Amino acid sequence: MGAERTSTATPGRVAYVNARLLDPGSGLDAPGGLLVENGAIADVGPGLFRDGRPGDAEIVDCGGMCLAPGLVDMRVQLRDPGEEHKETMESASLAAAAGGITRMVCLPNTKPVIDDVALVEFIARRARETGLVHIHPYAAVTKGLGGKEMTEIGLLAAAGAVGFTDGTQAVADSRVMRRALSYARAFHRVIVQHPEEPGLAAGGAMNEGEIATRLGLQGIAPAAEAMMVERDLRLVEITGGHYHVAHLSTAAAIDVVRGAKARGMTVSCDTAPPYFALNELAVGDYRTFAKLSPPLRSETDRRAVVAGLKDGTIDAIASDHSPHDQDSKRLPFAQAAFGMIGLETLLCVSLELFHNGHLSLLEVLRKLTCRPAEILSLPGGRLKRGEPADFIVFDPGRAWRIKEARFLSKSKNSPFDGRPAQGRVLRTVVGGRTIFTLGA
Amino acid sequence: MTAATSVRFAHRHLLGVEGLSPDEITLLLDLSESYIKQSRAADKKATLLRGRTIINLFFESSTRTRTSFELAGKRLGGDVINMSAEASSVKKGETLIDTAMTLNAMHPDVLIVRHPESGAVKLLSEKVNCAVINAGDGTHEHPTQALLDALAIRRRRGSLQGLTVAICGDIMHSRVARSNIHLLTAMGARVRVVAPPTLLPACIDRMGVEVFTDMRAGLRDCDIVMMLRLQTERMQGSFVPSIREYFRFYGLDYAKLEVAKPDALIMHPGPMNRGVEIDSEVADDIDRSLIREQVEMGVAVRMACLDILTRNLQSNEAAI
Repeated sequence: MGAERTSTATPGRVAYVNARLLDPGSGLDAPGGLLVENGAIADVGPGLFRDGRPGDAEIVDCGGMCLAPGLVDMRVQLRDPGEEHKETMESASLAAAAGGITRMVCLPNTKPVIDDVALVEFIARRARETGLVHIHPYAAVTKGLGGKEMTEIGLLAAAGAVGFTDGTQAVADSRVMRRALSYARAFHRVIVQHPEEPGLAAGGAMNEGEIATRLGLQGIAPAAEAMMVERDLRLVEITGGHYHVAHLSTAAAIDVVRGAKARGMTVSCDTAPPYFALNELAVGDYRTFAKLSPPLRSETDRRAVVAGLKDGTIDAIASDHSPHDQDSKRLPFAQAAFGMIGLETLLCVSLELFHNGHLSLLEVLRKLTCRPAEILSLPGGRLKRGEPADFIVFDPGRAWRIKEARFLSKSKNSPFDGRPAQGRVLRTVVGGRTIFTLGA
Repeated sequence: MTAATSVRFAHRHLLGVEGLSPDEITLLLDLSESYIKQSRAADKKATLLRGRTIINLFFESSTRTRTSFELAGKRLGGDVINMSAEASSVKKGETLIDTAMTLNAMHPDVLIVRHPESGAVKLLSEKVNCAVINAGDGTHEHPTQALLDALAIRRRRGSLQGLTVAICGDIMHSRVARSNIHLLTAMGARVRVVAPPTLLPACIDRMGVEVFTDMRAGLRDCDIVMMLRLQTERMQGSFVPSIREYFRFYGLDYAKLEVAKPDALIMHPGPMNRGVEIDSEVADDIDRSLIREQVEMGVAVRMACLDILTRNLQSNEAAI
């Protein structure tokens, strides 16, 4: 599970003093300190070090900056194994660290597909060797992402798969989805759905509407999202399965989830920064970096995503990191690959929700830390005695500009290139070890 | 000449009608008029483009548009080379960008590009130093077709202002429809689109047109009936149940045409599917059909486009 290295690399005792502690799990927002011992949080709290700094520990003065749990990113495409020219575990880990992410969960759409115990173990071993951030795999719901035959959900779960999903494809067949939801219950694993009714969406390149019509591009009807969520909720009702909807982007689908939660159903969902920070206008004159799946939607939908985050319908924010090289993006729009990188911009773009007055700082952090950890039953995401010492120090007010050339990710496909940002990670700590500090 | 000759055409490429001002459109149409005369003369050859290299780069099959551009280039004295995707390295897996860079290294002055994907011509234009003319990109735009249609209408009716034009048929897959909607609305015509609901793209009304799904209602009192080809090659799945049903409700015949103005003109960008979207008799009606005139205007309009864009090249070259 971990990225813990030998004890020599982990300093024994480190005291982080003079910090603004932000722990969304407990609602704590107060000046205080945190003590790391052997890779875990030995103590944390507002009163800590009130009576003087410990003499036997290395001291890190946070200068009054925010200290929060490391981000838990529940949706990342690694491309490793199989497409290492787009991203590797190392490059993704470095990008994650720079973005304040200490734990990420990767989709099974690698080459080969993660649908076998050996591949889950391979990911775990590669993550251990890389030794930066924690990496957990999802395994495929169906063999080869074929949508037909269920994978060995029990064995995969035992090997370390934290959940099951067919990645960027919906589990379209109702009977297969029903059985997966039903069977995975026995192993306490969540089924994560890409919400798009494939028949309706087939062949589409961007959101259906005026802009697609003007550009002569085939549209993807927003209703395709709500339709899939509605169907799935019926299946959840008859199976009692543990269900999570990924990257919601439409008002209609958010309404469906809101209604289900109001009826007392236990469902959860996430969205990604482009869906509350951009709309379909970003496609502009065929900008393939803004070609995403689900596609960027109308301004009405974007506002609905913000509203869903505000009222708690949307539980979590994930980066939806989808690295693509030039060859996959420098193409006519309809032929270009879907997706954008997001590890390094997850925090700063999410902080726009705070700066724009939609959410409190703690609420933004909750959706990036303890809530996704809770949905997937992962450790971390909290500043709590005994938890792994995975945390970040960040300046929520620091102004900077997102620059493609500075990305550590191997791929540079971000529609946020050039965007002014506010809020920056200064230090990322995993298992007590500092793996990233912002250069001056 | 009109006052519009003092207007500058401030574009390096001609990628679409969207974004052209009414003055720029008028400038192109006025210039085209002079080339109609040249094309009708015994000596059709000018020397304006002497020394210029024009490449016709067609990633999609075409006879009339390619020939029309070729004639236009040759009548202006340029060297025209035809390249089709079948004969080029595209079939060997070369990307569009690579093709663009390769051709660019040969120093052409104008690239005329047709491509099956919307936006592909724009993408290519970003990678070359020459002028680029969009000869049709996917279902996006086909600007010279809209210009030649406008020229044909203007010569018969004097002006586009205030005319009611019904564009009928496969609007969804038609770049001709999109370019014509931009041009006609910019020039003050009232535009209607008439199609079965499955062939109307989403929010088409937001492009400033009136939408009809009943052909007789759509044709009522209109001045121009513009028919479009049913583009079965771009269709994924079935949009209309059968050809015979389509012709019954959306094919142009005299019965439907009678509700239009008595002198309403009929247009078609070609190639026509007789008996699918248009009845043979209507298509061949000499008094009402502009179809052959459209082809003639095509050469003149393309000469005007080559003229304007190479003038801009000259001023850029002078600046260096």
